[in-house]
Amino acid sequence: MTLQLTVITLLVVMLIALWRACIGPNVFDRVLAANLFGTKTVLLIAAISYLHGSPDFLDIALVYALINYISVVGVLRITELRNEHAPGDRRG
Amino acid sequence: MMLDWVSGVLLLVGSFLLLTGALGFLRFADFYARIHACGVTETLATSCILLGLLIQSDSAVPQFKLLLILLFVLLSSPTSSHALAKAAWNAGVRPRDNRGKQPLPLPPGEH
Amino acid sequence: MRYTFGLVLALSVFWLINSGHYDALLLSLGVISVGAVTLIALRMDVVDQESIPLHLLRRIPFYLLWLGVQICRSNLDLVRRVWLPGQRSTPRIARLPLPQYSDICRVVYANSINLTPGTLTVELAPDHLLVHTLSAEGLAALEEGEMSRRVSELEQ
Repeated sequence: MTLQLTVITLLVVMLIALWRACIGPNVFDRVLAANLFGTKTVLLIAAISYLHGSPDFLDIALVYALINYISVVGVLRITELRNEHAPGDRRG
Repeated sequence: MMLDWVSGVLLLVGSFLLLTGALGFLRFADFYARIHACGVTETLATSCILLGLLIQSDSAVPQFKLLLILLFVLLSSPTSSHALAKAAWNAGVRPRDNRGKQPLPLPPGEH
Repeated sequence: MRYTFGLVLALSVFWLINSGHYDALLLSLGVISVGAVTLIALRMDVVDQESIPLHLLRRIPFYLLWLGVQICRSNLDLVRRVWLPGQRSTPRIARLPLPQYSDICRVVYANSINLTPGTLTVELAPDHLLVHTLSAEGLAALEEGEMSRRVSELEQ
């Protein structure tokens, strides 16, 4: 029962993160929302694998955690490079 | 039986913390304050939920994998939030007060 | 040499526990992949005290225990701030001194500040940290310097 509740909470939290990614207001809020969405996806995959009773999905969760971290750092690197090239555009 | 209870309580506490973090993420007015709200969901909530799942499983390999996920999230989340804060600071985003109206006084030498 | 050995040991344990299958073919594949990763790491010249901090292993469990307690306490504080909006929190941004000499201790310090919700490292300069805190009390606790002292003790 609590496992189902946890999955529902995770989905609600991911919806909130998507909402924040839509309204912004700047690019860093969107990256933060994407980061939150990604870490919650890792938890969701882990919880769903227990809901199904097959812990094989945990490998996917592990790989997703690694990819999520790399993607956040990569996106930030791109925004930093863009700011270096166009110093007049300070809004990001 | 006892372990089921412990696992259930951990999952419930984790869900509550997740909701708390998401609410703060939605409601805080300043960007840096929103990073703090994300911190709640990424440290204690993740630990509670993964530990709750860990108690539910009975074989060693999934338990080890859950511990590995927990370790990795705990190692990477502070780094990514620091990268985010640093990129925002370098792009000229400055912290504001908790209504989002006034800029905060900066330490001398910063601008 | 002992850093290479530590790396091989850590990789082998990681592979063995993650795989869960122990027949000859898969074990030999595991040996090959551990060897390849070690060779690549040696060629990249990243196998040293910084990437494999064996000297911290003895003291770090106590520090992690203390850090866990701090994380729980600051989480409770943040939960109060989110659900009781009447509380006036005053965010602060300030510089902190950075007395640690080795890079790894600086990283441990900055990451510990980031792990406790309510405090955030914005910039890591050679001689100071720029820290954003959600409340004046959080900044006061950092300025008091217990966390900094404990991180410095890790190296001794």
